[in-house]
Amino acid sequence: MILHRSNVYGVLGEFETPEELIHAAKAVHAAGYRRVDAYTPFPVEGLSEALGLRHTFVPALTLLGGLLGGLGGFFFQYWASAVAYPINVGGRPLNSWPAFIPVTFELTVLAASLFSVFGMLALNKLPQPHHPVFNVDRFLHASSDRFFLCIEARDPKFHLQETARLLHSLHAHYVNEVADD
Amino acid sequence: MSSGQPPLDSPEIQRLTPVLEAGHTYGSVTDKISAIVLTRPTSLGWFIGFGIAFSLTGLMTIAIGWLIIRGVGIWGINIPIGWGFAIVNFVWWIGIGHAGTLISAILFLLNQKWRTSINRFAEAMTLFAVACAGIFPLIHTGRPWMAYYMIPYPSTMGIWPQFRSPLIWDVFAVSTYGTVSLLFWFVGLIPDLATLRDRAVKRPAKIIYGIIAMGWRGSARHWDRYQSAYLLLAGLATPLVLSVHTVVSFDFAIAIVPGWHTTIFPPYFVAGAIYSGFAMVLTIAIPLRKVYGLEDFITMRHLDNMAKVMLATGLIVAYGYFIEFFMALYSGNKFDVFLVNQRLHGPYAPFYYALIVCNILTPQLLWSFKMRQNVVVLFIMSIVVNMGMWLERFVIVVISLTRDFVPSAWGRYSPTFWDWATFIGTIGMFIMLIFLFVRVLPAISIAEMRELVSETSEANK
Repeated sequence: MILHRSNVYGVLGEFETPEELIHAAKAVHAAGYRRVDAYTPFPVEGLSEALGLRHTFVPALTLLGGLLGGLGGFFFQYWASAVAYPINVGGRPLNSWPAFIPVTFELTVLAASLFSVFGMLALNKLPQPHHPVFNVDRFLHASSDRFFLCIEARDPKFHLQETARLLHSLHAHYVNEVADD
Repeated sequence: MSSGQPPLDSPEIQRLTPVLEAGHTYGSVTDKISAIVLTRPTSLGWFIGFGIAFSLTGLMTIAIGWLIIRGVGIWGINIPIGWGFAIVNFVWWIGIGHAGTLISAILFLLNQKWRTSINRFAEAMTLFAVACAGIFPLIHTGRPWMAYYMIPYPSTMGIWPQFRSPLIWDVFAVSTYGTVSLLFWFVGLIPDLATLRDRAVKRPAKIIYGIIAMGWRGSARHWDRYQSAYLLLAGLATPLVLSVHTVVSFDFAIAIVPGWHTTIFPPYFVAGAIYSGFAMVLTIAIPLRKVYGLEDFITMRHLDNMAKVMLATGLIVAYGYFIEFFMALYSGNKFDVFLVNQRLHGPYAPFYYALIVCNILTPQLLWSFKMRQNVVVLFIMSIVVNMGMWLERFVIVVISLTRDFVPSAWGRYSPTFWDWATFIGTIGMFIMLIFLFVRVLPAISIAEMRELVSETSEANK
């Protein structure tokens, strides 16, 4: 019996409902598996907790973007209007800050949104055209009506037969070995 | 209680309530929505509709081409009426473009489940409306190839844009709005593109959807970040959507022209924008659900709710008209009083009365439950409101400019063939883009519909 095969990415169990998946995820976590991911056709509430996922960095990145956009936008306008190209209009102040607020606001929102979306994609390592789970034929259903749980081979507790048996015992409808290529 | 309201346990009300008709599963919503794009044959009606819209887009291209050759003199604008159709149409389109992000962002934050089946095409509509809107100020500059002057860049002349000008604020507001709306729409599309990639039969479709889906696989870790980003975008887009028409109204309110220089403009412009936006969503939703048999997803509940939003924002707009009059009379400013007089009795008075009929009188029918349940009435009303909102911008721009402070600066304005060609051309471009969108992308968010199936099945347990 081969315990660790380098050409196996993991074992993929298929479930019919989000409830079954959450139940299985909790059981797998309780069994000590940590290199586990779930694949669902829509965000399932309570799944991240069941998998023991940590919080994301997307909000922090968004805040960073907002700060950069807001401060950068304001001081850029100040520099352009008061330093680089000052125009004296009837002695009015060059640093007419209330007039800079609309553009500052827009740039805050713009930068925060860009950081949020591209930060999310970067943290998710997308675009990533290929992933081992796509090798499983039934994985096509992950984008429509089935819920998958993948225990990865890099988990120290991973054992092809044992892990597959665990998924079977959790009422997975199909259990597939995922080839790594 | 309004007279037409039946008792709460009547079949009419029960039929009205769901945001998703019963009996749908994850598979069935996926099948039904993706089939419109993937397997349903393109109908003759689609080609005819697309052909007409495409021809009108051609007309727009010719009109803009001629404009670039000859200059803005081919339009009806003159001195003192320098703004004319270009600005009327710009404000009208950008107003229409408010509903999408409002539905996506504000209704999302307010946890309104009924937004789910209408948000996708409302967002698409927003993008297309913003695209149409963007054309007008660009070509109105007269030298559109110099439009990059409005963007701050380190030029050899050492000059910078005038950041104190509302026109520059407009550039930032509209381009930010366009960009954020695009991001919001695209983020919402990613899981659905993955669905299309997995369900596509033909190889080109698999490849194209596969590339745009970027390898999305619905991992729980990805969904975590995705939901976080989506929520943040909604939070960011909410003040943004309110800011855009506020900034557009500053274009007017900061000038001293009678009828423009008023503090009611920002809220009244935003309400008007939402009003016309919801009208346009209804104009699109009603034929869409009929043609593609989406009555299970876009239920009478959606149409009813949208009609109510229209009624509410229509009343805010009516209040705005009232305050304009009241402030003119109460302030006693003779130019403002004269302008009110001109609206009621001047050469453009028929437009003003038409505006009152379209925007204030007709929508009062929406108080009636029976009217809100009548799809034909809603469709006609949505078009009437769109016309009314266009007339509102015409009245604001043209009457004020034709009746300035001194009689020597008075004038008249009438649009030329090229004004109409450009305007109708943008409507054609808008319809053409809607046709393309419905054909190649899922018009309803499949992933969110599956979430709705999950929630409603839990609620039924």
